Amino acid sequence: MGLAKRIIPCLDVDEGRVVKGVQFVDIRDAGDPVEVARRYDRQGADEITFLDITASSDRRDTIAYVVEKVASEVFIPLTVGGGIRQLEDIYRLLNVGADKVSINTTAVNNPDFIDQASGHFGNQCIVVAIDAKQIDDSPRWEIYTHGGRNPTGLDAIEWAKQMVDRGAGELLVTSMDRDGTKGGFDLELMQRITSAVSVPVIASGGVGDLDHLADGVLKGGADAVLAASIFHFGEYTIEQAKQHMASKQIEMRL
Amino acid sequence: MKERVVIVNLGTGNLRSVYRAFEFAEGKGDVTISADPEIIRNADKLVLPGQGAIGTWMGQLQRDTRLKGAVLERLNHGPVLGICLGLQALLDQSEENGGQQGLGLIPGKVRHFGSAHQSAGLGEHGLKIPHMGWNKVRQKVDHPLWHDIQDDERFYFVHSYYAEAADQSTVVGESTFGNTFTCAVARNNLFATQFHPEKSQQAGLQLIKNFIHWNGVQ
Repeated sequence: MGLAKRIIPCLDVDEGRVVKGVQFVDIRDAGDPVEVARRYDRQGADEITFLDITASSDRRDTIAYVVEKVASEVFIPLTVGGGIRQLEDIYRLLNVGADKVSINTTAVNNPDFIDQASGHFGNQCIVVAIDAKQIDDSPRWEIYTHGGRNPTGLDAIEWAKQMVDRGAGELLVTSMDRDGTKGGFDLELMQRITSAVSVPVIASGGVGDLDHLADGVLKGGADAVLAASIFHFGEYTIEQAKQHMASKQIEMRL
Repeated sequence: MKERVVIVNLGTGNLRSVYRAFEFAEGKGDVTISADPEIIRNADKLVLPGQGAIGTWMGQLQRDTRLKGAVLERLNHGPVLGICLGLQALLDQSEENGGQQGLGLIPGKVRHFGSAHQSAGLGEHGLKIPHMGWNKVRQKVDHPLWHDIQDDERFYFVHSYYAEAADQSTVVGESTFGNTFTCAVARNNLFATQFHPEKSQQAGLQLIKNFIHWNGVQ
């Protein structure tokens, strides 16, 4: 049908450095974000996502600087998430070169914000990030905020639908149970969300090898797959990942 | 001498990305983002970008009659590159925002993928809208802007509405997303793409270079 599935490396950025935690703790340093982004662009990344996890208040200046540097030499779509609370934050990030913003906690605290943001900037640049955790062994998942610390009581599938109705142009779905474990995506969660909504879904959380990426598309129904550590620490290149997915008959940009 | 590239600022979308890609493609060029009628009239190369809702975009143009006059005048002569809404706006009308008049320079209309997929019975099979990502572009004719770009090269798209050109002679590129649609149009000095060359890596930068070197003759 033409449209390629996407591979999106994700850079968790803390005070201007790329880091990667296992289940949201145990941070390892993975380098300078501009260098890392440049490398992924050369390897054929389809997009790059930056997630700003800086806790301090000067976060916005740091991430804006990183995005601006990257956007002046890397000409693929860039998504930025973390700490977006008002329309002005979005305007500012788009203005330094982001193409999309990813919104998580603010969407939960104030769902109307998604209506406002998509009304203002268009739904093509509003990604809603959903961090979900399975409730015991039931086929139900609950939404968490604040990097996985705060449960909300919201059902993940219902929440996904609501966010799309309000104007999300894409969903970034992370399984909190899998993130950092290298055990593969939560395919049941992905499948349930991809079949419930009409917008593209990015699968995230748990990639440990190249089969996991392919499964996200073939079994989870995802339109794009996101991974961090398998690329950061040189286990695989993006190019290898694309070749592997293409060998499984997935349409890729090679 | 450097070409004066002017990117028309209608206050929507990511103009900085377009600006940066032109700067990168041209070397240290003369690239300006502007809504000043005089600067627009005097542009060697005019870029008409746009993202978001076409109603907002056209509204900005309608509100400022001097700006609108300058843009319309400039669209009649000298190389112009439209991007995304900058393509859609060239057509007669759009389904978006409850029906919207376009500039009428390319015959045809702008439709929503959802309605096209539904009438083709594709809706239930889960084609996700917006059409977002890298898709192949089939070159329908030789054009200076396709120079050094392979047929079926992938470009980055993000849109929910697409052009349906009424005159096949204006169609220079096609893509398939459920249905086959027009993703690049050209007529005399105008060339416009539904995809985003500024976000399409090497192929996109090549198209931008081709535009900078184009004399506006098809």
